[in-house]
Amino acid sequence: MLELKNIEFSAVDDGNNIGIIKNISLELGDNKFIAITGPNGGGKSSLAKIIAGIYKNTGGQIIFDGVDITEKSITDRARMGIGFAFQQPVRFKGMTVIDLLRIAAGKNLSVSEACEYLSEVGLCAKDYIDREVNASLSGGELKRIEIATILARDVKLAIFDEPEAGIDLWSFNNLIRIFEKMRDSDKNRTIIVISHQERILNIADEIVVIADGNVVKHEEGAKILPELMGGDYMKNICKKLD
Amino acid sequence: MADLDAVQKRLLAEVADLHDIPEGAYNLRANGQSVGRSTTANIDIQTKTEKSGIDIRVKSGTKNESIHIPVVLSESGLKETVYNDFFIGEDCDVLIVAGCGIDNCGSQDSQHDGIHRFYVGKNSKIRYVEKHYGSGDGSGQRILNPVTEVYMEEGSTVEMEMVQIKGVDSTNRTTIAELKKDAKLVVRERLMTHGKQQAYSIYKVELNEDGSSADVVSRSVARDDSYQKFDACIVGSAACTGHTECDSIIMDNGRILAVPSLEANHIDAALVHEAAIGKIAGEQLIKLMTLGLTESEAEEQIINGFLK
Ligand SMILES: Nc1ncnc2c1ncn2[C@@H]1O[C@H](COP(=O)(O)OP(=O)(O)OP(=O)(O)O)[C@@H](O)[C@H]1O
Ligand SMILES: [Mg+2]
Repeated sequence: MLELKNIEFSAVDDGNNIGIIKNISLELGDNKFIAITGPNGGGKSSLAKIIAGIYKNTGGQIIFDGVDITEKSITDRARMGIGFAFQQPVRFKGMTVIDLLRIAAGKNLSVSEACEYLSEVGLCAKDYIDREVNASLSGGELKRIEIATILARDVKLAIFDEPEAGIDLWSFNNLIRIFEKMRDSDKNRTIIVISHQERILNIADEIVVIADGNVVKHEEGAKILPELMGGDYMKNICKKLD
Repeated sequence: MADLDAVQKRLLAEVADLHDIPEGAYNLRANGQSVGRSTTANIDIQTKTEKSGIDIRVKSGTKNESIHIPVVLSESGLKETVYNDFFIGEDCDVLIVAGCGIDNCGSQDSQHDGIHRFYVGKNSKIRYVEKHYGSGDGSGQRILNPVTEVYMEEGSTVEMEMVQIKGVDSTNRTTIAELKKDAKLVVRERLMTHGKQQAYSIYKVELNEDGSSADVVSRSVARDDSYQKFDACIVGSAACTGHTECDSIIMDNGRILAVPSLEANHIDAALVHEAAIGKIAGEQLIKLMTLGLTESEAEEQIINGFLK
């Protein structure tokens, strides 16, 4: 499904070249639920953006379904079936929720089709379908609409960046159901969820821990979880401070 | 409608969403002449005698009726100034659809200057929709200079929607409003300019009595080498509330000058203005690209939404 080979990413900040992703290699299979976790600032969102093509890796290769996509644009990757739900969703003045869902679906979704996606993320569809995706939406509402845009697409690889952030408890259960459903569909879909939530890590097939721009662990969920809960990996940060 | 040719019918569909004869009162003007008119028991339309234009009279108490007064120009080199006066009685609730479409395939400039005056009676409610549209690939310019004057009596409401999205080379729009007690004015302007087009939009709104309010919001996009000036002034001379907002996207070498201004002449006048100009946010483009759009498709969608 997805193979990352020696991915490096650095950005220039204040004239200094800072390494954000140091050297990451990962192999992710078909039909898997992968959770990525790790300390704040570790590089999780940066890695997701590299996979989606938003950040250009400064070293290494990305292979998606056997095709080298390292040089491919965001649009090409999206059309190949990579979907990405932003940690901080973007707002659009004037554009309505149904407009956005139609763009995501790539076709003129009917109102009832659009409503289904909204109901799945726990939004009462009729109240939202014609709302503008602007500053008037609450953070949690925006986050759910962001998730709905991924549901409306037919993706092979879905990446959710902290989807649970700002989402209330009822929706949280719903969210877990959405992920399980997406994975269980017969499309061989793989889902990557970046999360700090134990309940999401609990249902993952594999857990990847990223800290300080490196993969510090990548194992089956059941094995790694007890160890993570001990908070071992958090020590990386303290080392940094020394 | 039988008298209109295909170009004129297309213009009519663009500016007034009219594909057939409208219901209610209407006056169609094509190439400088009135080509169709209908009145109702409550709405009368008379040709002016001293100058070009019409008087529209709406009886007090008229509700849920509409008036369409579209204008189409398809002859190159035609220049006209037209005066339309609306006398709206008390307690009315009517929709007025105006609009002008110019198709200029020739080398001479075509110009329509429409001067619309509205006298809105007590407690009447008006919704006014005006669309401008230009087409044709001639070198002659398509010029529209509308003047709108609104005089609002106690408790009246006017909602104006002005749209100019395509094909008008030069426009100079002036809107003046005077409001009495508890009158309420809402203006929504949508403007897009391309090529070397120039658009000036000037508002002067006077809130003269207690309880009056105005909300003037313009959204615009300036592409290519076009230029826009938005100049909105709200004067508050009583206990009133006024708000203007100019929200613009610039692309290519587009230029925009926004000069919102406020004048408070009374201690209880509450006036606010907001103006923001900038290019399309990069993260908006990126989000739509992750949904499979190309960069230029993403731009189109963002602008379509913004101007909706
Ligand atoms: N474009 C950029 N320019 C400079 N620094 C960046 C850029 N993007 C990310 N960083 C830095 O890289 C590091 C990793 O950021 P990233 O957002 O990937 O972390 P994260 O693991 O997603 O953290 P969190 O759990 O807080 O979301 C941070 O120190 C961040 O400040
Ligand atoms: Mg992050």
